[in-house]
Amino acid sequence: MAQEAQKERSMILQKEMIDGLFNDLANAKELGKKVCYTFIPGNLSELIRTFDMLPVYPEINALQSAMRKKSGAYIKEAEKNAHSEDVCTYVKCDVGMLMKGNVGPTGLKIPEPDILLLSYTGCFTFLKWFETLKREYPNAKVIMVHTPYQENAEMTPHMVEYMVKQLRDEVIPQMEAVTGIKFDEAKLKRHLVLAKEAEDWITKIFDTTKHRPSPIDAYFAGVYYIGPINIGFRGTQEAVDYYKELHAEIMERVRLGLGPITPEGEMKEEKYRLVVEGPPNWTSFREFWKIFYDMGAVIVASSYTKVGGVYDMGWRHDETRPLESLAEYCMNCYTNLNIPQRIALLSKCITDYEADGYITNSIKSCNSFSAGQLAMMREIEDTLEVPVGFIESDLVDPRYFSYSNIKNRLESYFQMLEQRKSMKETV
Amino acid sequence: MNTLKEIIDLCKVQSFDMDFTRAKEWKAEKEGRVLVGYMPIYFPREIIHAAGAMAVGIFGGGDRKQIIKGDAYYQSYICHIPRSIIELALDKHLDHIDGFIFPSICDVIRNLSGIFKQQKIGKFVKYMDFPQNFLPEIGGVFYQQEMEHVLQYIKEINGIEVTKEALNHSIDLYNKNRKMISFIYDIRQDFPWRMSIEEVYYIVRAGTTMPVEEHNALLEKVCEFIKEDIGVPQDKIKVIISGAFCEQPAIGLIKAIEEAGCYVVEDDYMLGSRMILGDIDATTDNPLEAISTSYINQSQYSSSIYDVHNPKEFRLAKMVKERGANGVIFASASFCDPSLLDAPIFQNAFNKLGIRYIAFQYSENINQFKVIKEQVGAFSDSIKLWEDEPVITA
Repeated sequence: MAQEAQKERSMILQKEMIDGLFNDLANAKELGKKVCYTFIPGNLSELIRTFDMLPVYPEINALQSAMRKKSGAYIKEAEKNAHSEDVCTYVKCDVGMLMKGNVGPTGLKIPEPDILLLSYTGCFTFLKWFETLKREYPNAKVIMVHTPYQENAEMTPHMVEYMVKQLRDEVIPQMEAVTGIKFDEAKLKRHLVLAKEAEDWITKIFDTTKHRPSPIDAYFAGVYYIGPINIGFRGTQEAVDYYKELHAEIMERVRLGLGPITPEGEMKEEKYRLVVEGPPNWTSFREFWKIFYDMGAVIVASSYTKVGGVYDMGWRHDETRPLESLAEYCMNCYTNLNIPQRIALLSKCITDYEADGYITNSIKSCNSFSAGQLAMMREIEDTLEVPVGFIESDLVDPRYFSYSNIKNRLESYFQMLEQRKSMKETV
Repeated sequence: MNTLKEIIDLCKVQSFDMDFTRAKEWKAEKEGRVLVGYMPIYFPREIIHAAGAMAVGIFGGGDRKQIIKGDAYYQSYICHIPRSIIELALDKHLDHIDGFIFPSICDVIRNLSGIFKQQKIGKFVKYMDFPQNFLPEIGGVFYQQEMEHVLQYIKEINGIEVTKEALNHSIDLYNKNRKMISFIYDIRQDFPWRMSIEEVYYIVRAGTTMPVEEHNALLEKVCEFIKEDIGVPQDKIKVIISGAFCEQPAIGLIKAIEEAGCYVVEDDYMLGSRMILGDIDATTDNPLEAISTSYINQSQYSSSIYDVHNPKEFRLAKMVKERGANGVIFASASFCDPSLLDAPIFQNAFNKLGIRYIAFQYSENINQFKVIKEQVGAFSDSIKLWEDEPVITA
C-alpha cells in the first residue's frame, strides 16, 4: 500500500486555491462569471482577471485526470470518434472528458466556455485543439492570439507590435463584448505588479537548488510549485502569499541542511544532481518519481517548469508597459524558444546548478518538445561533456508508460553516473 | 520538347532530382545568383524571384533516399520528412542552396529550423511565421515584415534591393504559373483520363526545382496537349485526396490510388504551388501588401491555417461538389499532427453531410501499397454499386 504523502502548509494553501477555483467554476453561472478556456503557455492570466473571468486550462484537466487514472478511458472514447492514436493525448483526454459529460478531475462539472482564448504560443496543436472545441461549443467566442515564434532567438519590435495590436484591437474589445465589462487598464497594471512579485519569488525558489543538498526537486515537486503561477493565480495576492510561504519553508530546509520532500518523506542522501528536459508522465507520476528518489537522484532544474514562462533569465511582467509586457511574456515561454535558445538555457542550468547529468524524457505525443530533443541532447553532451540519458513515455496515455523499460534505462544511466563519479574521485 | 511524353519524362527526372541539378546549373550560369530552399507547405516564391534568386522546393527524400543519419535525430514517433531532410543536408545534397525557409506548418518543421540553425546549415535559416490573424492591418502587416526579413537575408548575399517593378513582374509570372496548373486540374475534372494524376504530380512538382519561366513554358505546352481528346476513359469514380500536403506519398502510392479504380480530380499533394486561388494583383505600388492580402483572402483551406471563421470541412465539401467528386480519400502522413488532428473535424462533418470517405496513413519511404490499394478498390466498388444514391445529402 502506498504511503500517505507528507503535506506542508504551502501544499495545503495550494490545494485550497485550486479547490476554490474548481468550486467557482462549478458555480460560474450563479456567480455571474464568464468562463475562459485557455492554455498554460502564453496564458494571459492578468487580462482574464481584469475581466473577472474564470480560467479553465484543458491541459490541467487532462493531467489531473491522468493522475486520477481516468485519462485512459477518455482517450479511448476520443479514439472511437476518429481521433488518431498518434496525436497529442492531452487533446484526446479533453475531448473524451467532454464526451463523457465534462466532469472535471475534482468530480465537479466544468462549465461550457464563453471564450476560447487561443493563445497560440509554442505549440501548433493548440490551434487544432480549439478548432475542435469550437465545433463542440458553437456559441463560444474564439479569440486568437498568435504569438510569433522566437525563430531568430529574439523578440523584435515588429513581433511585439504585432501582438500588441492583436491584444489592443482584437482581444480586449472581444473580451469587453463577451463580459460586458469595460477594460480597466489600472486594474490590469495592479495584476501585473503582483505577477512580477510572484515571478521574483518563484525564481528564488527554483534557484535554491544551488544548495547541496538541494532542498527541492525542481521537476517532480516543481510541477506542483508552478501550479498557482500557471493556472490563473499569477497576478493575485494569493499567489504571492503562496510563494512567500513556500520560499520560507524551503529556506528552512536549507538552514537545516535537508534534501527534498518526496511522497515517502524526506530524501536522505543526494547522490546525483540532474537536469531534465521534457514534461513528466502523469499516469504513473509517483512510480516515475520513485525511480529517481530511490536512487538518490534529485532534479535541480527542468525545462518543463518553464513552459508557462521563463523567469530565470531576468524577464518580468512590467506594469509600465502593460500590453507590450503581456506580448513579451507569451513569446518568452519555453516552447516558444528556438532550439539553440533551449540548448543555451539548459546548458546554463547544468552549469549553474552543478548537475551531474542531463536526462530527456521524450513524450510520444508532444512534438513541440520532442522534435529536436535528440539533437539538443547530443549538443549538450558534446559541449559540456555531461552524461546524458534518454527515456520515453507519454503525457496522459497509460499505454505508453512502460515502468520496467524506464526503470532499466535509468538504472543503467545511474550506474554510468556512479562510474563517472568514482573515476573523478580516483583522479 | 515536342511531345507530352517528353515533357512528362523531363518533369519526372526533375521532380526527384535529389541534387537539384537544374537549380545548381541556373545558379552557376551567372555570378551572384542565390538559391533559397523552402519546405512545405506554402511560401510566396514571388519575392525570391524578384530578388534575383530561385526558390527550390525541399519535400524530403521520399522512397529514394535511405535514411541512416536522420534516424539519429528523430524518435520513431515523429513523422518521416524531417529525418529525410536532415539526411539530405548531411549528405551534402543541399550544399549549393544558400538559405532555407521553414514555413509555419507544425512543431516538427518549426523545430527542424532550429536544428538547421544549430548545425549552421546554409547562409541563413528562417522560420517563416505566417500570420494567424487575418486582419490586413494586423496579420497582413506582420506578414509583410516577415517577407521583408527574407528579402534582407537575400540582399546580404547578392546585394539586390528588390523593386516594385521586379515584384510585380514576379507576381505576374507566378499568376500565369498557377493559372495554367488550375487549367490542367479543370480539364481533368471532366476528362481525367487525358493525363494521370501521377503525370500531373511530376509536372507540378518539377516547377519547384526549375526557374518559373522554364516551368511556364512547359506548362503552356502541356495545356495545349490536354486540350486534345487524348486517352481512353475508364470506369472509375472521382475522388479528392486530402491531408497529404507536407510529407509526400511515394509515387507508387499516388499511382496505386488511380490504379485501384479512382480518378483523382483534386488533391493537396503540392498544395504550396496552388495555395493562392486566383491572381495576385500585379499592378500595385505595394506588391508585398498584394501578396499578403492574397494570402489572407485567397488561400486554399489548409491544416496549417486557423480556420474558425471559414471552416475547412465546408470548404472541402464545396470542392467535392464543384469537382463532381464521388468521395474523399483522407491520406495522412504517419504522425502528421496537422493532418491527423483535422481528421475528426472532417469525418464528423462528412458523416452528417453524407459525403463518402476513407482514411489511411502512409510514410514517404514506404512503397508497399497492397493494403491501401485494396482499401481504395473496395471504396471505389462500394460507390459504383450505390452510384444512384446522391453524393451529398445535406
